[in-house]
Amino acid sequence: MAIRVEHELHRRRFSRNLGVGLTLAFFIAVIFGVTIVKLSSGPVANAQGEVINR
Amino acid sequence: MSDATINQPGQTATPMTDEAQFGDYVALLKPRVMSLVVFTALVGLLAAPVAVHPMVAFAAILFIAVGAGASGALNMWWDADIDRVMKRTRRRPIPAGKVEAGEALGLGLALSGMSVVLLALVANFMAAALLAFTIFFYAVVYSMWLKRSTPQNIVIGGAAGAFPPVIGWVVATGAMSVEAWLMFALIFMWTPPHFWALALFMRSDYDDAGVPMLTVTHGRRVTRNHILGYTVALAVLAVGTGFTAIGGPVYLAVAVVLNALFLKGALDIWRRDEAASEADNFAVEKAFFKLSLLYLFLHFGAILAEAVMKPYGLGGW
Repeated sequence: MAIRVEHELHRRRFSRNLGVGLTLAFFIAVIFGVTIVKLSSGPVANAQGEVINR
Repeated sequence: MSDATINQPGQTATPMTDEAQFGDYVALLKPRVMSLVVFTALVGLLAAPVAVHPMVAFAAILFIAVGAGASGALNMWWDADIDRVMKRTRRRPIPAGKVEAGEALGLGLALSGMSVVLLALVANFMAAALLAFTIFFYAVVYSMWLKRSTPQNIVIGGAAGAFPPVIGWVVATGAMSVEAWLMFALIFMWTPPHFWALALFMRSDYDDAGVPMLTVTHGRRVTRNHILGYTVALAVLAVGTGFTAIGGPVYLAVAVVLNALFLKGALDIWRRDEAASEADNFAVEKAFFKLSLLYLFLHFGAILAEAVMKPYGLGGW
């Protein structure tokens, strides 16, 4: 007997859950990447390099 | 579907045969329209005379695409009733019974808010404001108002599809300029002949749905006249753009060839009557529609080529 019984709902929605999970992981990676770029360019700047903070 | 199966003793869950999969939610975002938005916005961004960090550019294009997708979901929510009637749209997730209309509304609103806020943070407020206006224009001005009330629906509504290169340009420069509006005008003037050619060979679709396309309200002869008129104006604009800062020899050569072909196609459509079109199952109209897709792709591809060659002293005049 399986330790954890998988509900039918989980099987049925596997592709949806996987898709949402991967999308969220990708979103986190994008935000992380942008944060690193913004922070490593010195003071917080917009896309034109104009300082908008500090 | 937003069903929740509650696990109760002695009760067996009934699997839904039409369970919405991840791809159905992606389909709500109109991926093919999104791909055009991504391409034109990218060209706008790269043609601008200000360099943007690749990561910032990638994120900005991503959020512009998400915003465009959100407006697509809102459009599908609002138009679910007529999508059920039209052959071209009846397999979309809502009319197919896979996704509820309310879910499309929720997804559209959530992604709209998210994309605008994130574009403001990643790029600048003007780009975000333009994206918000584009979503509003497509979902409210076009879908809710113009589409069902005037045969000029796709003429004015075409502006929504024309904004992405302007947004891309503003992401890079933080301001608007003539070049950005030239790219806007290119898509804006291209949209009517593109859609009217489709309306000519999709015959009864718009009629059945009660959408007042020009073919329905003014007849097919007038539509053929309008296609030719807009194509002439588009050719002047497209070739003229070749002499501006975003043009150059490569763009000009591409524009001259493509506009000659496009003008010939429009002339062929104008010369024909319904009997001739029905005899060959609208072959000329279908060929013109296919050419219109290539037309836009190659014009923006040429603008991109000029921009990419510029740092090496090759692009532009």
